[in-house]
Amino acid sequence: MSKPNSYRTGPDGAGRFGSHGGRFAAETLMPLILELEDAYRAAQADPSFREELDYYLEHYAGRPSPLYFAERLTAHFGGAKIYFKRDELNHTGSHKINNCLGQILLAKRMGKTRIIAETGAGQHGVASATVSALFGLPCTVYMGEVDVERQQPNVFRMKLLGSEVIPVSSGSRTLKDALNEAMRDWVTNVADTFYIIGTVAGPHPYPELVRDFQSVIGDEAKEQILKAEGRLPDTLVACIGGGSNAMGLFHPFLDDESVKIVGVEAAGDGIETGRHAASITGGRPGVLHGNRTYLLQDEDGQITEAHSISAGLDYPGIGPEHAWLHDVGRVEYSSATDADALAAFQLCSKLEGIIPALEPAHALAHVAKIAPDLPKDHIIVMNMCGRGDKDIFTVAEMLGVKI
Amino acid sequence: MNDLVTGRARIDARFEKLQAEGRAALVTYVMSGDPDQETSVEIMAGLPAAGADIIELGMAFTDPMADGPSIQVAGLRALKAGITLEKTMAMAAAFRRHDTETPIVLMGYYNPIHAYGVPAFLATAKTSGIDGLIIVDLPPEEDAELCLPAIEAGLSFIRLATPTTDDARLVKVLQNTSGFVYYVSYTGITGAGSADADTVGKAVSRIRRHTDLPIAVGFGIRTPEQARGIASVADGTVVGSAFIDALRNSLDADGTATATTVSAVLDLTRELAAGVAAGKK
Repeated sequence: MSKPNSYRTGPDGAGRFGSHGGRFAAETLMPLILELEDAYRAAQADPSFREELDYYLEHYAGRPSPLYFAERLTAHFGGAKIYFKRDELNHTGSHKINNCLGQILLAKRMGKTRIIAETGAGQHGVASATVSALFGLPCTVYMGEVDVERQQPNVFRMKLLGSEVIPVSSGSRTLKDALNEAMRDWVTNVADTFYIIGTVAGPHPYPELVRDFQSVIGDEAKEQILKAEGRLPDTLVACIGGGSNAMGLFHPFLDDESVKIVGVEAAGDGIETGRHAASITGGRPGVLHGNRTYLLQDEDGQITEAHSISAGLDYPGIGPEHAWLHDVGRVEYSSATDADALAAFQLCSKLEGIIPALEPAHALAHVAKIAPDLPKDHIIVMNMCGRGDKDIFTVAEMLGVKI
Repeated sequence: MNDLVTGRARIDARFEKLQAEGRAALVTYVMSGDPDQETSVEIMAGLPAAGADIIELGMAFTDPMADGPSIQVAGLRALKAGITLEKTMAMAAAFRRHDTETPIVLMGYYNPIHAYGVPAFLATAKTSGIDGLIIVDLPPEEDAELCLPAIEAGLSFIRLATPTTDDARLVKVLQNTSGFVYYVSYTGITGAGSADADTVGKAVSRIRRHTDLPIAVGFGIRTPEQARGIASVADGTVVGSAFIDALRNSLDADGTATATTVSAVLDLTRELAAGVAAGKK
């Protein structure tokens, strides 16, 4: 594949990133998907939309999030300088609020009166429930039964925020099935309902608009690292389920050739065991949830179940723009196991006083692998995209601690 | 097999025959390989004599996003019993050895075909005597994927039109549609709603202003009375979830076929066929 002039021009008019992406949706949804694209283009052209979004990002979500030099971890690994982009400090505890604020403002512009969302770890569900409360719209969140069980604090949060949480009992009872069920709701209530998709996946224009709303992470990080170090970072690292926090950090840096970019998928019990959630490392291209991308599937094109300790990474696909960035070789996709993530989770808590979510603990596990062998002037920026309060029960269980 | 009567031609011939008889088609949806392949083959073989005019053969998929619980579970039963796209097409080929007139339309989602490979799939579908395709997650925007190659191969690509498809979009939806148009009677998933003949009648008239193709209506048709109502305003009546439910109710506690499984589906076919016949235009 030839090298494009810019890695930041996608998608094309058909919603493609190379061969990935597209609009593989049921006809009932198509008019709305096209309407959403028109509404988004109009919003992009309207300065008041951006102004309103910026207002809420600053005064409600608490942006900009700090870029923090993790001095003790840096000393511990004895190599590269490690910075955290602290998106876990956002209101609601993760990067998900960036996208939810953008989408609910779009929903308002489109006159929609009801919100639906899917959630895995519950972070996107909480963020959707939060913005729905803020704007006074009823919200229904679909969540796999397995995730409801392992993310009880977030389930309760969503209910406190006034949302209805519907446990999904079909299929693997995790994020993929929550997405299926949200799509079924959408197809049924298409006239009044806005579907806030939580990641850079789904039919066009979702991957593009979620990326755009999350790019505030990378835009800020670029400005902040230039201020702190006077130059661009050498390496960016972020975890990937669907890939929204990673895309948000990566996208503003894609054309900065000196910056090496690494996405970290969830390797679960290990890629070789087959029990993982690493769609790029262990999958191949297929069509699901409205787009073509790398998917975990068997020979017959049946979707196989993903496995990860992290509910937020437990998804058998990945955003189509990531699939393309892999194909063209701009981003390297690596993976970290449950055990690696658990070790990083504990290390970060003890050394930095930051309890990370299990999702960015995967990114940190990769940092732990590469940092020791890198020179001391090598700068790594890692997206600390969520905080770990929600995960303490899962981690306690893994560590054999009763709480 | 008469090579001249394949693909689109077989579907066209069937609707011409029904037109001459002055009645609508009964289109029956059964999930291929549910609850097992032997039973499924037997059901398929019995459908035409029981009154099915066109057979929609469901291709099982793990993640059927536009389907309700009945069809979701049926697909999982079939997958558990070992169904694959290859075997589904082999079942069609076996059926074709005894019946060269009843059209077979494969219905499902794109990924299993994507995994099989489009050219290989179309070649096998063609030699298996399959006449048309209904692929839920391939709107006109993605015609280059499968629709255009299928038409090139002589298969019908049957598109869904829905209550949200306005007049401007209908033109686009109908552009590469052949065989018949499948009108979805309500916005929602299969098996969840109920088709209203008056509303459907108005929608059918609207679509008819844009096409000469036969218009079949599906989603929310379960009883002979409903079938009669729809048959009086459309060219075809599609029934799916009701068959799946009848089949499921005949299974034993382990989900295995019993002596009544085949007759449960065929009896319902006869009742619905009588309903359709009573709706004679």
